[in-house]
Amino acid sequence: MAHISDLIAQDIEAYLKQHEHKSLLRFITCGSVDDGKSTLIGRLLYESKMLFEDQLAALEADSKKVGTQGGDLDFALLVDGLAAEREQGITIDVAYRFFSTDRRKFIVADTPGHEQYTRNMVTGASTADLAIILVDARHGVQTQTRRHSYLVSLIGIKRVVVAINKMDLVGFSKDVYDRIEKEYRAFAAQIGLTDILCIPMSALRGDNITDKSDNTAWYAGPTLMEHLETVQIEDDLQARPFRLPVQWVNRPNLDFRGFSGQIASGTVRPGDRVRVQPSGRDTTVERIVLSTQDMQEAVAGQSVTVTFADEIDCSRGDVIVAADAPALTGDSFDATLVWMSDEAMATGRSYLMKCGTRTVGTTVNAIEYRVNVNTLERTAAQALALNEIGRVSLLTDRLIAFDPYESVRDTGSFILIDRLTNNTVGAGLLHAARSRPRDLSWTRTDTSRAARAALKQQSPLLLWAGAGIDANKLEQKLMSIGRHTITLPAATADLPRVAGLLLDAGLIVVIDAESAQPAALASALPAAERIELAVDAAAPQASLTGERLSLPSAAADETVEQVVEVLRRAGRVG
Amino acid sequence: MSTLTHLQRLEAESIHIMREVVAEAENPVMLYSVGKDSAVMLHLAAKAFYPSVPPFPLLHVDTTWKFKAMYEFRDAMARKLGMDLLVHINPDAKARNINPFDHGSALHTDMWKTEGLKQALDKYKFDAAFGGARRDEEKSRAKERIFSFRTAQHRWDPKSQRPELWKLYNARKHPGESIRVFPISNWTELDIWQYIHLENIPIVPLYFAAERPVVRRDGTLIMVDDERMPLRPGETPEMKSVRFRTLGCYPLTGAVESTAATLTDIIQEMLLTTTSERQGRVIDHDSAGSMEKKKQEGYF
Repeated sequence: MAHISDLIAQDIEAYLKQHEHKSLLRFITCGSVDDGKSTLIGRLLYESKMLFEDQLAALEADSKKVGTQGGDLDFALLVDGLAAEREQGITIDVAYRFFSTDRRKFIVADTPGHEQYTRNMVTGASTADLAIILVDARHGVQTQTRRHSYLVSLIGIKRVVVAINKMDLVGFSKDVYDRIEKEYRAFAAQIGLTDILCIPMSALRGDNITDKSDNTAWYAGPTLMEHLETVQIEDDLQARPFRLPVQWVNRPNLDFRGFSGQIASGTVRPGDRVRVQPSGRDTTVERIVLSTQDMQEAVAGQSVTVTFADEIDCSRGDVIVAADAPALTGDSFDATLVWMSDEAMATGRSYLMKCGTRTVGTTVNAIEYRVNVNTLERTAAQALALNEIGRVSLLTDRLIAFDPYESVRDTGSFILIDRLTNNTVGAGLLHAARSRPRDLSWTRTDTSRAARAALKQQSPLLLWAGAGIDANKLEQKLMSIGRHTITLPAATADLPRVAGLLLDAGLIVVIDAESAQPAALASALPAAERIELAVDAAAPQASLTGERLSLPSAAADETVEQVVEVLRRAGRVG
Repeated sequence: MSTLTHLQRLEAESIHIMREVVAEAENPVMLYSVGKDSAVMLHLAAKAFYPSVPPFPLLHVDTTWKFKAMYEFRDAMARKLGMDLLVHINPDAKARNINPFDHGSALHTDMWKTEGLKQALDKYKFDAAFGGARRDEEKSRAKERIFSFRTAQHRWDPKSQRPELWKLYNARKHPGESIRVFPISNWTELDIWQYIHLENIPIVPLYFAAERPVVRRDGTLIMVDDERMPLRPGETPEMKSVRFRTLGCYPLTGAVESTAATLTDIIQEMLLTTTSERQGRVIDHDSAGSMEKKKQEGYF
């Protein structure tokens, strides 16, 4: 494993010290058989010098025997795993690969691009910090590119690298690259992906993988490896409220009673006030234990055992939370569900749901809509088949503590287990609790949201009127230019659902949210239809970036004028 | 805000996995093979359940052909941690005196390890068994789940693995079925050594270079660990400074010439070396895809 590092030979202690403090980046690669994905991963392993001589010798021999590169090194052979796959020439499942550089360790989830394997991509994405989406420069943004990007955004991966591959086959043309980047960014904005880096490359020839390519002098950005080594990994998970799903009660003797788990978010110190949910009792953290030395602080991602100052009830499946910022509780939920079983999902049927460390009985009450992963179109559905994704309402047989998935992945995600086969048949994201039971239902029709909006000569749009924006004035202004609108107070019960219905009706929905946070709604509605309006004293002029419109301080009337003007120019209000 | 290091993240993941198994399985066991990966797994278990003793026994599926130093180390570790140590020796293999010299590595491994493991799991009715396999070891491992299901006949079906998302492991199974759980799936050989160094984890002395009696056979240095090893004409054991990068049955484990006598020496040597860890294992060289085939038949 010849890291070319003189430090190893000269000062192994210093080398170890440095390497024991490397960070870890987990990423997923998405692309089809033909995009050169296996070649890219093989190339990364090769370039990071993680191959031994015997493996290289085997690669050379295999390349001559079964390679597709006319005897040149066929990097794809490094990662084409199972015997069955070699015969078929395809990748059939999620595989994990490892490499490291002097700066970082990497875990790659290698997932296939075939439509029937959506479940594998969602699986690989669920533990990833970043996604690499491969695009064949000859073909540009394809249906599957959109599908992969949508799944990446659904699972909440914020950082995306678009690997515009096979540039050698289009003469390293800047025009081709520019066209693909433009098209991709336009699409990505619709699904809420904003942190995007496009890199022109040839995985086969090694352009812009670790070394800047002379063939793309017009490209000023980093190489793939540079980016992977330096991209920020942490989100603000440690700064969010403390959550510890209890896995196991540690009781070696009468003098010790600890609660073990992996911290899902936040930070904890001895003396912190905490609450056990869903029961709701408060206590104080006494000790944080991991091995013989007590800890003075533990953060999101760490596995620990905590003890309490009081003897209160707490067992596996409970969540220990910050007393001043508890999780939500509920037994009826808005959720997104990815179906992963050959046997279609049936509403009304009872499944087991594992959320955090708690397993409860659940039924899918209704499918609000199904999302076509290729077109992002929403359609009515009575069932979800393998690899289909739907927005559903769920009922559980017990109260559970949770967070919206967008806030904390580990307390907002779940799997569904078939009670008969014990198989994992679905995976999902919790968005919000809802009151139960509810009678709000309506007759499905074939009239689409687009048709309803078209009749009004506008596009559905949700405007979040934050501090400094007068929602009433905004609605009046929009009506004055002939738009069909409605204003909802942020405190409206079941706001995401109600707003969703009104968007389905083709309306422009203004949310009056002087003091509320948009977080709860962030997930509930597609980014393409959501804009947050905010007055920012530092903003020199009104500017629309992604789903946020910043406005300079001004009188209420003037601010509203500016909002409508910017939205008109952006083509968002017709 | 502090960024966790890669070893902290790997440690936390492994501990989480072990606790899930203990919480959900009825009768778990840890397969202990005495090597460095087992050493790390055992250390993680001690951390995961501290101050409790890990709430499961250790199981060593013994082939009777391990190095003497491994048996000594095994017994000492179990005593030190206060854990129960179960040793299973396949009675059929024993009765037929199966050995790598007369029967070849494939049959030897199949009888002692694959069959022995199945017998032990059936005998004690373990429904979950921790193993120290890593995904970076071999291509078929790279596609195996952390919770890997086995039918009542102990077979692995790579095409019907359960999807594993987030940290949500589905440990449910029918009576008779079992799970092999690999808590250090995502560790690489380098991670293992770095962690051993960082946490001061004891390992079998065979990993360190010392003068040992070896013969060169078929291009591999084999240590003459006891009198059962038949010498071929012309073979005379000679003392060489050697060490082992991987440990198994002594007749099937190649030594490397080395003077690396301390932990930092061997890490340095590993980083500067140019051949992979499993090359010293005769078992993997039998045929292409051999590990995949063995796994389907129930090998760990």
